[in-house]
Amino acid sequence: MSVIVVLIAVSVLVAAGFLAAFLWAVRNGQFDDKYTPSVRMLFDDEQIKEKKENK
Amino acid sequence: MEKKNTANKKDVLCYHCGDACRDESVEDGGKHFCCSGCKLVYEILRENDLCKYYELGEKPGITPSVRSKVKYEFLDDEQVKKQVLAFSDGKMSVATFLIPQMHCSSCIWLLENMHKLDEGVTYSRVDFPKKKATIKFNEEKTSLRKIAELLDSLGYEPSISLDAAEKKIRSDHTKKLYYKIGVAGFCFGNIMLLSFPEYLGLEKLSDPEFHKLFGFLNLLLSLPVFLYSASEYYISAFKGLKNKIINLDLPVFLGILVSFLRSLYEIVFQTGAGYMDSMAGLVFLLLVGKVFQSKTYDSMNFERTYKSYFPLSVTVIRSGIEATIPLEKLKIGDRILIRNNEIIPVDSILFRGDGSIDYSFVTGESSPVPKVLGEIIYAGGRQTGSLIELEVIKNVSQSYLTGLWNNDTFRKEKASRLKTFSDVISKYFTLATLILAFAGAAYNMQESPDKALNVFTAVLIVACPCALALAIPFTFGNLMRIFGRNKFYVKNTSVVEYLSRTTSIVFDKTGTLTHSGKSDITFRGKNLSAGELSLVKSLTRQSTHPLSRKIYEYLKDEKTLAVTDFSERAGKGISGRIGNNFAVIGSEEFAAGISTVLNETSGDNSSRVYFSVNGESLGYFSIDNSYREGLGDTISALEKKYDLHLLSGDNESERPFLEKYFRDPLQMYFRQSPENKLKYIKALQSEGSSVLMVGDGLNDAGALKQSDIGISISENVSNFSPACDGILEAGEFNKLPDLLKLSKDSIRIIITSFAVSFVYNLVALEIAFRGLLEPIIAAVLMPVSSISVVLFSVLLSNFIAKRRGFR
Repeated sequence: MSVIVVLIAVSVLVAAGFLAAFLWAVRNGQFDDKYTPSVRMLFDDEQIKEKKENK
Repeated sequence: MEKKNTANKKDVLCYHCGDACRDESVEDGGKHFCCSGCKLVYEILRENDLCKYYELGEKPGITPSVRSKVKYEFLDDEQVKKQVLAFSDGKMSVATFLIPQMHCSSCIWLLENMHKLDEGVTYSRVDFPKKKATIKFNEEKTSLRKIAELLDSLGYEPSISLDAAEKKIRSDHTKKLYYKIGVAGFCFGNIMLLSFPEYLGLEKLSDPEFHKLFGFLNLLLSLPVFLYSASEYYISAFKGLKNKIINLDLPVFLGILVSFLRSLYEIVFQTGAGYMDSMAGLVFLLLVGKVFQSKTYDSMNFERTYKSYFPLSVTVIRSGIEATIPLEKLKIGDRILIRNNEIIPVDSILFRGDGSIDYSFVTGESSPVPKVLGEIIYAGGRQTGSLIELEVIKNVSQSYLTGLWNNDTFRKEKASRLKTFSDVISKYFTLATLILAFAGAAYNMQESPDKALNVFTAVLIVACPCALALAIPFTFGNLMRIFGRNKFYVKNTSVVEYLSRTTSIVFDKTGTLTHSGKSDITFRGKNLSAGELSLVKSLTRQSTHPLSRKIYEYLKDEKTLAVTDFSERAGKGISGRIGNNFAVIGSEEFAAGISTVLNETSGDNSSRVYFSVNGESLGYFSIDNSYREGLGDTISALEKKYDLHLLSGDNESERPFLEKYFRDPLQMYFRQSPENKLKYIKALQSEGSSVLMVGDGLNDAGALKQSDIGISISENVSNFSPACDGILEAGEFNKLPDLLKLSKDSIRIIITSFAVSFVYNLVALEIAFRGLLEPIIAAVLMPVSSISVVLFSVLLSNFIAKRRGFR
């Protein structure tokens, strides 16, 4: 039965990982603008490539 | 290649902006443009291989405004630069521009490809909902001014103001709320998971060691929720108590505290599993409600002061040399230069040039007022026409208009005088809960003190007003969204509630009851010759009566002649001699000599101005008075329930017309200064009225701020509007009565939701009273009642809004 203890520890750790990811995303401003990225991703690939070259 | 177009261009739309091309349109390579400005933008984009702009959206362009060369000169000033730039290390600088014209995906694309137009730009990012573009650039290759000019030349006129610092605080607050939700959600989920054996009754079958382990894990997981996520409620509850107000957060705080302490006791002493799951779930749901409530219209600014209307700097002439200085450094006696389309930042005297001042920011009246040398020009007007030179006679902050902001009303945060619904109800709620808890405890005391404590805590846990605390944000938040869909944008959810308390409504006239567009003028009667028209123009030029000004504007192509023997009789009309002709313009009786009773008040929303020359009546000008459509219906719908007032900065010329609408003529006041308007509202409030102010211009700013709810009417939401609680799009003015009704419904919806949650509470209380509150019952009852109440209030408010004809 002690396997359950291990499983619970793992599951809490995994969940804590997701929590950390969420907090990081909020901190990074990923929830600041929920509209523009949805449009930006529809611009052509070619344009994105050029942008990277120019950086 | 380019040629003037002579063909009929009725159906040709501009390739750039989509406007219809008129006669003066230009053609280039088979593409048509409505003006050379649009063509210029197209050429810039074509040269830089950016024509994809036109593929992304249908006619996405904006006609660039005519630009004066020195418009952005002030951005070269080091001090101004410091205030505008978000970051600068001398080489790399970052600036964030607010660009109200941004409107489609093409805009995003073009603005994010700024580096193709200006080599110095290394990075640009658009935040569309906030209408902001953040641009990083190399100071050696370009400058802030050049970037602003480039944006302007593309039609994206950046709005630069120094007031931007405040917004950051709000975004930090939202972030904190997200952190708290994240933590609460994580803990809530895991606590529930670990409580599953308990729910299923497995704990008796398995090893008691597990039971213990799970209990302590739950305790550990509940700590962040109790200490961090719910902290806002403790602070709010204590703040309320400090101010001797029992707010809704107090019973919430009691519920959280008691359930945590009892669970702590049960887990530590192994007497039960505790209610940590219910506690964490409650906090999580409450925070979700907070997020729902915190919706804001990012692109709109509800906090504008005169500073966001005025330029940041001004050109002065000191000892013959022109220099650009920041506005604060301006002194009395300075000579300043104001160019076409610039705003006069300070009260001053016209020293040189032809003044033609458009006061639409201040009064909503759009036709420019001519000014002659030596006349005082008040701050807030916009010069239209040639360059003028002014001498400053007052400090910027003490000008006629800006002096308003020195009033106490603007110093303090608008603290509402009204108690919110939840404040009222929570007092009784908390009291009732405490009485019930003590009564339950007393009743069970005879049996055993243990059971008494059990009942006492169970009642407090169960009676926690989570349903009420959720019904309020969800109902108001949902209504706020419904308002937004119907082009009424409110600052926050409490505006919806205060709106429902309105007892008096105060209107501004110009720009609020009237629309600011040009009024329609037609002449009925004899066909007037050019000579006769110039008689009319010459005569009306002498008068400041609004109708005279309208006719003068209408006849702008005619010649003006010298007038002698000019006289103006108030309420009747004007007369004067021009050459050999004696012309009279005015009321029917005054100008035509007779009064046909039948036509006296024309019911067609227009005023008539009669015209006669040498005693011969030639006919009348019919002037559409430009009142908003449906004004009569709107006013009469409001009149039944509210006390209506009118405060106008204008003269009394429109009084007879307005009297038809406003039942009580005593409540109409004309020639009101901005200061008067503010005082009038204050007086109404001291009589116990809850005042809704509907205005538009800067001259209403004081009244909008003082009133309980200030709504600003705006022809275009991205345009300027003074500080207010809500912005209503001008075309929706006639929906005002329905919007008010809907806000009243919101209170009823909340009361109904409360009744629903009360049923749950009764059931739960019954269980609590008998001391049978098992964790599983609490864990099921709490989310079920909360979610069903939320669903109920949202669906009911949607349903009622639909029935009232809202989208």
